[in-house]
Amino acid sequence: MKAINRRQAFALGGGFVLLTLMPMAADAEVTNDAAKWIEKFTGGKQPAKGRISLDLPEIAENGNTVPLSINIESPMTAESYVKDVMIIADGNPNAGVATLSFTPMSGKAEASIRIRLATTQNVIAIAKMSDGSLFTEQKTVKVTIGGCGG
Amino acid sequence: MISRREFIQVAAATAALSTGVGAGLTRAVAQQRLTEKELLAFEPLGNVTLVHVTDIHGQLMPLYFREPSTNLGVGEAKGLPPHVTGKEFLARFGIAPGSSAAYALTSEDFEALAKSYGRIGGLDRAATVIKAIRAERGDKVALLDGGDTWQGSWSSLKTRGQDMIDCVALLRPDAMTGHWEFTYGTERVKQAIESLGFPFLGLNIRDTEWNEAAFDASTMIERGGVKIAVLGQAFPYTPVANPRWMIPNWSFGVREEDVQAQVDKARKSGAQLVVLLSHNGFDVDRKLASRVKGIDVILTGHTHDALPEAVKVGKTLLIASGSSGKFVSRLDLDVRDGEVKAFRYKLIPLFSDVITADTEMAAKIAEVRKPFASELSKVLGKTESLLYRRGNFNGTFDDLICQALMQERDAEIALSPGFRWGTSVLPGQDITFEDVTNATAITYPAVYRMGMTGARLKEIIEDVADNLFNVDPYYQQGGDMVRIGGLSYAIDVTKPQGSRISDLQLVKTGAPIDPAREYQVAGWASVNEGTEGPPIWELVGNYLTREKVVRLEPNRAVKVTGA
Repeated sequence: MKAINRRQAFALGGGFVLLTLMPMAADAEVTNDAAKWIEKFTGGKQPAKGRISLDLPEIAENGNTVPLSINIESPMTAESYVKDVMIIADGNPNAGVATLSFTPMSGKAEASIRIRLATTQNVIAIAKMSDGSLFTEQKTVKVTIGGCGG
Repeated sequence: MISRREFIQVAAATAALSTGVGAGLTRAVAQQRLTEKELLAFEPLGNVTLVHVTDIHGQLMPLYFREPSTNLGVGEAKGLPPHVTGKEFLARFGIAPGSSAAYALTSEDFEALAKSYGRIGGLDRAATVIKAIRAERGDKVALLDGGDTWQGSWSSLKTRGQDMIDCVALLRPDAMTGHWEFTYGTERVKQAIESLGFPFLGLNIRDTEWNEAAFDASTMIERGGVKIAVLGQAFPYTPVANPRWMIPNWSFGVREEDVQAQVDKARKSGAQLVVLLSHNGFDVDRKLASRVKGIDVILTGHTHDALPEAVKVGKTLLIASGSSGKFVSRLDLDVRDGEVKAFRYKLIPLFSDVITADTEMAAKIAEVRKPFASELSKVLGKTESLLYRRGNFNGTFDDLICQALMQERDAEIALSPGFRWGTSVLPGQDITFEDVTNATAITYPAVYRMGMTGARLKEIIEDVADNLFNVDPYYQQGGDMVRIGGLSYAIDVTKPQGSRISDLQLVKTGAPIDPAREYQVAGWASVNEGTEGPPIWELVGNYLTREKVVRLEPNRAVKVTGA
């Protein structure tokens, strides 16, 4: 997750989105820090369900590169727009995946990226709106050994 | 005056009374009770007839195929069809024990009834039925193939599905979708699809590079004056359950939103009937039907369920047409004002001694099988007990494969995939090369031998169990449970992943499996690229040639709870 790949570059170029990739944890053995990331992003406020459409496979075909598309309902005007969206993987050694930053100039709040998932876990998206309100959505993605299907 | 036929029927009834149903019937007598006319009898209805075949798995010839005795549903699917088997199935659908329907649809009295009613299937019998329906219904008929058509036999493997493609072409299908088709690799699939002359649909397949549609999503056809949109859904977990490296540029998935979008698009384009030709598996389709609006009919596949009645979810009809070429489904629909006003359904079992073979198809089948005829008929051994595969846990054919794996590769434990296809062999029959390859003919057949720790083994068993018993059907990935030789375990199907499996023991010694110890494991059908070893059919063939006669008792190594 260090380099921005071509698709991420497209996500950036297409929608005027700023994508901040979070640094990997120095020590992969540390316990998952999902709660810490969420706390920092929300300031302890409870996000509401809704507004976010999070497209992820139920079962990853390859845990090393899982396609994620996100779309947040918003007029995206100067008065009302999506500011930041945080993506959290609650089962990765480092829970922080990315923060997507939008402006009214983005036109719409949507992006596609690829993420790496170490194991079966929940991927959580939290959107922060320009008025400070918070929305969340999550989906379980299964990472399986594979085989035996028929 | 009593005619000969009536006399035989009377005799049959007497025999049934005096000796118990089924058991007292000779084959000739049992078959006298069935006629082609009765099997085809159908009071026509409405303006559209959908004919559905699915999961033929390369089977061109009549065969024995024992339906499962264990087919557990979990969560909301618990106890619902298709998760009913045996006597419960007979009671649920009002089928008399010992009847032809009982034989075709369940495992009850299978051995005795197989002797009475004989083999089922054969694409030449299917051709006769399909031609008869077309003759009766004319331009009202659409024929749809749910996929898993090109794989499952030696001739299919050797010709990369061409044997099936050539034979099915004579039936003139309107569309198909797929799953095992993809195990011939990207190039072969593309080339085969170009030559089909009808669309190969997969609305849920995208290219991995651009995330764009890689296959046609749907086809619009007009039958009986009704505009019909046929949407195709390939098996969502093909790159997970089968080797991803063979189709590296295609990505699958359930993609519920895409299904809804395609339904909406079809309706907008004027479709009066929307049909989903699906290889999702029954439980996935049941969930999909409850969430996607506007699908009139889902022709289900993948899970090989044969149900004599349509299952209704909201306004959507679900049809389950079985597998291995045993059945042809006929669904008559009265479509008016963009709605299904009425329907009539029949799952037609193709009793091969009762339904006449279509001569054109029979000739084509003989032609495509000819290059392999002598290989296929080679006798490798004999079985004293019924060999079958289908069911959630080990079947006796799998136990045979596991024994061969352990003995031929000197392993303590054997792993064999939980495929749902594979034909049955009756007690006393020879086991031919065709029988073995009907259970093993895949493009990644190498038998590996490797060390695995007890902890890793448990992890694998837990992982596969979740593919089958996850309460959310969208997270169910594959076939039946992995078959295991040399190791016994207990499973509670109601538990979450990681805590379903317990009490792992080495069968030979009864010793508990040590998580830290390394065990020698033999297996086949690895989805990893570059797996090396002899093909599984060769190994099983060698084992049978040496053993000459085998006898496999029902497997007791798996203790199931929570069912």
